[in-house]
Amino acid sequence: MAVLDSKVPSGPLADKWTKHKNEIDLVNPANKRNIDIIVVGTGLAGGSAAATLAELGYNVKTFCYQDSPRRAHSIAAQGGVNAAKNYQGDGDSVYRLFYDTIKGGDYRSREGNVYRLAEVSTNIIDQCVAQGVPFAREYGGLLDNRSFGGVLVSRTFYAKGQTGQQLLLGAYAAMNRQIQRGKIKSYTRHEMLDLVLVDGKARGIIARNLVTGEIERHGAHAVVLATGGYGNLFFLSTYCMGANVMAAWKAHKKGAFFANPCFTQIHPTCIPVSGDHQSKLTLMSESLRNDGRIWVPKKLEDAQAIREGRLKPTELAEEDRDYYLERRYPAFGNLVPRDVASRAAKERCDAGYGVNKTGEAVYLDFSAAIMRYGREKALTSGMKNPDDATVRKLGEEIVEAKYGNLFQMYEKIVDQNPYKTPMMIYPAVHYTMGGLWVDYNLMTTIPGCYAAGEANFSDHGANRLGASALMQGLADGYFVLPYTIGDYLSDDIRTGPIATDSPEFDEAERNVTDRIQKLMSANGIHSVDHYHKRLGKIMWNKCGMARNAKELKEAIGEIAELRKDFWENVKVPGSADAKNQELEKAGRVADFLELGELFAMDALHRNESCGGHFREEYQTEEGEALRDDEHFKYAAAWEYRGDPSKSELHKEDLVYENIELKTRSYK
Amino acid sequence: MKIYLKIWRQKNANSKGSMVDYTLEGVEEDMSFLEMLDVLNEELISKGEEPVEFDHDCREGICGTCSLMINGRPHGPESRITVCQLHMRSFNDGDTIVIEPWRAKAFPVIKDLIVDRTSFDRIQQAGGYISVNTSGRPVDANAIPIEKEMADNSFAAATCIGCGACVAACKNASAMLFTAAKVSQFALLPQGQVEAADRVQNMVQQMDLEGFGNCTNTGACEVECPKGISLENIARMNREYLSATVKG
Repeated sequence: MAVLDSKVPSGPLADKWTKHKNEIDLVNPANKRNIDIIVVGTGLAGGSAAATLAELGYNVKTFCYQDSPRRAHSIAAQGGVNAAKNYQGDGDSVYRLFYDTIKGGDYRSREGNVYRLAEVSTNIIDQCVAQGVPFAREYGGLLDNRSFGGVLVSRTFYAKGQTGQQLLLGAYAAMNRQIQRGKIKSYTRHEMLDLVLVDGKARGIIARNLVTGEIERHGAHAVVLATGGYGNLFFLSTYCMGANVMAAWKAHKKGAFFANPCFTQIHPTCIPVSGDHQSKLTLMSESLRNDGRIWVPKKLEDAQAIREGRLKPTELAEEDRDYYLERRYPAFGNLVPRDVASRAAKERCDAGYGVNKTGEAVYLDFSAAIMRYGREKALTSGMKNPDDATVRKLGEEIVEAKYGNLFQMYEKIVDQNPYKTPMMIYPAVHYTMGGLWVDYNLMTTIPGCYAAGEANFSDHGANRLGASALMQGLADGYFVLPYTIGDYLSDDIRTGPIATDSPEFDEAERNVTDRIQKLMSANGIHSVDHYHKRLGKIMWNKCGMARNAKELKEAIGEIAELRKDFWENVKVPGSADAKNQELEKAGRVADFLELGELFAMDALHRNESCGGHFREEYQTEEGEALRDDEHFKYAAAWEYRGDPSKSELHKEDLVYENIELKTRSYK
Repeated sequence: MKIYLKIWRQKNANSKGSMVDYTLEGVEEDMSFLEMLDVLNEELISKGEEPVEFDHDCREGICGTCSLMINGRPHGPESRITVCQLHMRSFNDGDTIVIEPWRAKAFPVIKDLIVDRTSFDRIQQAGGYISVNTSGRPVDANAIPIEKEMADNSFAAATCIGCGACVAACKNASAMLFTAAKVSQFALLPQGQVEAADRVQNMVQQMDLEGFGNCTNTGACEVECPKGISLENIARMNREYLSATVKG
């Protein structure tokens, strides 16, 4: 069994990153001009990495399947980005952010990586403000903060409900500056279909021009995969429609270990499913839990009456409502971490208290906040004894200023006014903590192949805290990878350009065209979506919010069978040498059908509950997750061996030198 | 609901396109418009026909990918939303819906309803940024307080999603609102002042080079913008441009 070397530097936690930066090899500016780097994916991680690498002097090629780098799904992140600035003076620090993140991840992430993340978090805010990112500000002109789940301080910076958009446009602008200088060549509407290895090193990719169908070869001295997560495995998720695992999966099949695939985040506050035609789910930002209270009726008969439309939620008296998060977790209340909030919602709905037609929804109620803000506003405006209607109106204005775009989005989708009646929400797949295994330098087990952002597994353990994805994507891209990659590339200064006419490129291209041919020439019975939806159902029902050994075993068999059926009977219309969205989807779903099996195997082998991975067999009497540190305090890194079922497990033991492992409690 | 569709079909950039009629039954009110098209495509695939290609990705109104002209209006009949946020409850049983791509010289059709908007990227590349390197050691984010109102206005301009509805809505296919939104975002912030004069001139020059039309102040762009980007931005850009050119 290969030994997984995390390469975390020795020494005190707080000095590791500085020490590492001082010790790694650098490439001098003149030599950087002779080195080419491919960055696949242009979201926060890929965009920021590409811009910074180009600034440093490397020649960068970026690839994205979208028509512009600006459209990567980081743009949809709503709530905010964490940073240990302690601008609010509420006792925040790098250590506290580090500690919250490790604890939030249920002690399944690496201390060294997470500390570095917390350490560079403050640079992110400085950097983004310098770039002109318009964060929310207070009347005094200083930056505003808010609170997110799983923490007791206000460290989240935000730009209304569009923080991801503003940060991504910042990275996109930084990219544009380098494109204009000729240091980045941006390939849009291009999809990476394979990774090319020469002498065991990542030396390029095979990509398809999605407009012309042309298969292209691109050589480079290193390849960075910043291709996001794989939540679309579930078909219904808050991901964009095109999000896929192809690049990461191809790297996996070429030797990159895939770590903790079963660690998936199911986000508690999404708009519930409305029907069979549904193509995706929409998130309502976690920031809403700052002011929204989550509840279901206390009595089963009330829940039933609501489901049948005989009773309105606003008619239910305060004492007949069960604010179950406040009841179960008094210390954190509605701001418990996502995994905890999701499971609690499922628990109530499974017990029969759900409030929409299908019984799979709970309320997120702003009426208390509206009145609270309204009274405060009335006081500060000098109003004496305002009536309830006035208070409500003032309160609604304040809530609108805070969350207006989210409320509008909700109203457009559900056709109900959330200022007047509580929102209905239900958990949905939102993020994947698992991903390509990387060392401290963000290099995968393939030399020269790096993974950044959600595509890697490194920082969030078994559960990610809110406003931490943007932080990690930008930390990796702006502040970590551009420096650690130099250590590897310092050996490449004499290599010269990577030729793309080598046998390795020939073979990779042949494999890609063969696969496309195979997809185009199957029997043609069912559409790609047919298979994707079936896979999604298996994943949601048997590998979702609660898992057990019996169903996971069933899932493994069913997915393998579905995969076989897919390759025999899928129907891909059109041709391969033109724009063909069905062909694009087919390639992505084919990979999901392999990853799904590994996902279920990983969930089956992990005989414990931790973070987003909840095994019904392992819970306390109160229904809380029961971790097993004695047997599972490791990252599970899977090696591909010709078929998902033959994957070999490697364990990276997680060493805790600074933190004492505790049962995670938010009570 | 039963819906009659007239959809622009075009094989590729070089071929001639035409409107094709489809009838779709069983449309539900709580389907999104794009989900309705998904259902149509499933039907077409099962009949052995090529599905209708259209651009879409996030399906929550923020990525700016979706871009359909519906009954002559960018993003359809409702205001302040993108096509992906439009739901079939906005239509009635028996309606005929005409679906076309954005029409503009600077947005050539790639296939069916998909157009090439890389001209927008090139306008941004001409100057839509602040020239600051990633160093990890810029000044502290709170070192320069920014008046809340200015920051909020800058943010409002920065919420442009780059979908191109403004161009599609304009009888001249002008990209003034798009370009002005970026110019405004930086013009309103102290960080943007240093390069302000070059920025506005370079971006406007690129906009003209791409073949977008002139602005004649009809305001259709603002009406159809899914994010409500204000015409004030165009006025601000004109001021910036004038002062930049006067300065030389």
